[in-house]
Amino acid sequence: MVKIKHLFVSVLLLISLPTVANSSGKLLATPGVSQVEGSGGGGIVPWAQLAGYASEDEFSVNGFCSRADVSDYALNVCGAQLNLFNRVELSYAKQEFDVPALNTEIEQSITSAKIRLYGDIVYSQWPQLSLGIQHKSLDDGTVAKLVGAEDTSGTDYYLAASKLHLGAFAGYNWFWNVTTRYSAANELGLLGYGGGNADSAFLFEGSTAVFLSRELAIGIEYRQKANNLNLGEQDWKDVFVAWMPNKNVSVTAAYLDLGRIAGADDQTGWYLSVTGYW
Amino acid sequence: MKLIAVGFLCVGILMGCANKAPPTLYYQIGGNAGIEKLIDSFINQIGNDEQVFHYFEHTNIAHFRQGFILHMCMLTDGPCKYSYAGDSMVDIHTGMNITEKDFNHVVDLLVNAMNEQNIPHPIQNKILSKMAPLRGDIINI
Repeated sequence: MVKIKHLFVSVLLLISLPTVANSSGKLLATPGVSQVEGSGGGGIVPWAQLAGYASEDEFSVNGFCSRADVSDYALNVCGAQLNLFNRVELSYAKQEFDVPALNTEIEQSITSAKIRLYGDIVYSQWPQLSLGIQHKSLDDGTVAKLVGAEDTSGTDYYLAASKLHLGAFAGYNWFWNVTTRYSAANELGLLGYGGGNADSAFLFEGSTAVFLSRELAIGIEYRQKANNLNLGEQDWKDVFVAWMPNKNVSVTAAYLDLGRIAGADDQTGWYLSVTGYW
Repeated sequence: MKLIAVGFLCVGILMGCANKAPPTLYYQIGGNAGIEKLIDSFINQIGNDEQVFHYFEHTNIAHFRQGFILHMCMLTDGPCKYSYAGDSMVDIHTGMNITEKDFNHVVDLLVNAMNEQNIPHPIQNKILSKMAPLRGDIINI
């Protein structure tokens, strides 16, 4: 009886969620997509926009899954975001990092929050500005400790600014975002936090894109990395295509160049991410 | 001598071209006739929309149409003067309490209307960039 009741409530929730949330108060594509740590952003950089289509009178719920496949590793991430009145974004993501050579899998949970401090990427005179925090924790810190990391959990702080310039390039819309992150993470934290070489540092990240139509954007990203473990960790780069056919779904594909990861050179490969919006 | 004359002619043509301003947005969307078609499409979009129609329930459509055509002509650098006093953006929208969400929805409807009139994507963006700064005089008042 209790089970039936639970089932009934669950079904009711599933049916009502889209109608309760179903926010669409932003312009198409302006929330961006979901980055690998679960925040609203590009693929590897968190952006100033808050995930989801909620305007100041709405809330929205989004879910996403992403996969990155590079030469010697693979990363699977799934997560969800809650956007409250386009002021606060709360998110959770679970990362699974496959290391086939060691026949092992590193798992990490990330809980994040972002607050919009100022502006709107389309309408305000100055860029939209947001402050974010990402708390990351490894399920099992064995590999992190093995490579010399100091901690198995850590917290990143970032400040992001973004702007969409309407008709900027021969009539095409141009987007840019710059982010400054204060972090001790090694390879997103998958190899722990800190190490013999250094502790938290300020790192630069940036993304830029051009919209070929309302639904399609092409762009590039850059994310500076620290080298706390003396393993030759390198900055990340990607080239992406994002397709946002409506306010319910987005699909992003990218070519990644992640450089050297844990002693393995030239980690290049493909990235695919899908986000659903309610 | 002939060669020099040809040379001057070429320079003259080049300078002439460089001095000539590109056609304004107004002409790129087909002048007054193009704007009228666009506004008619837009009014049609609003008339068929459940979310924002209520804002226009008591609107004199003919007056709205004429005002918007004139405003669009001015925004696109057309040969018209926004002449009547009293109809400022703030005056028109005060008391309507237009939300951020509904404002963006009307932008969506305008994009639909521009698509309906086959206005090319880059021209659409240039029109939107002229209108975007007006948002502060329209929403939440």
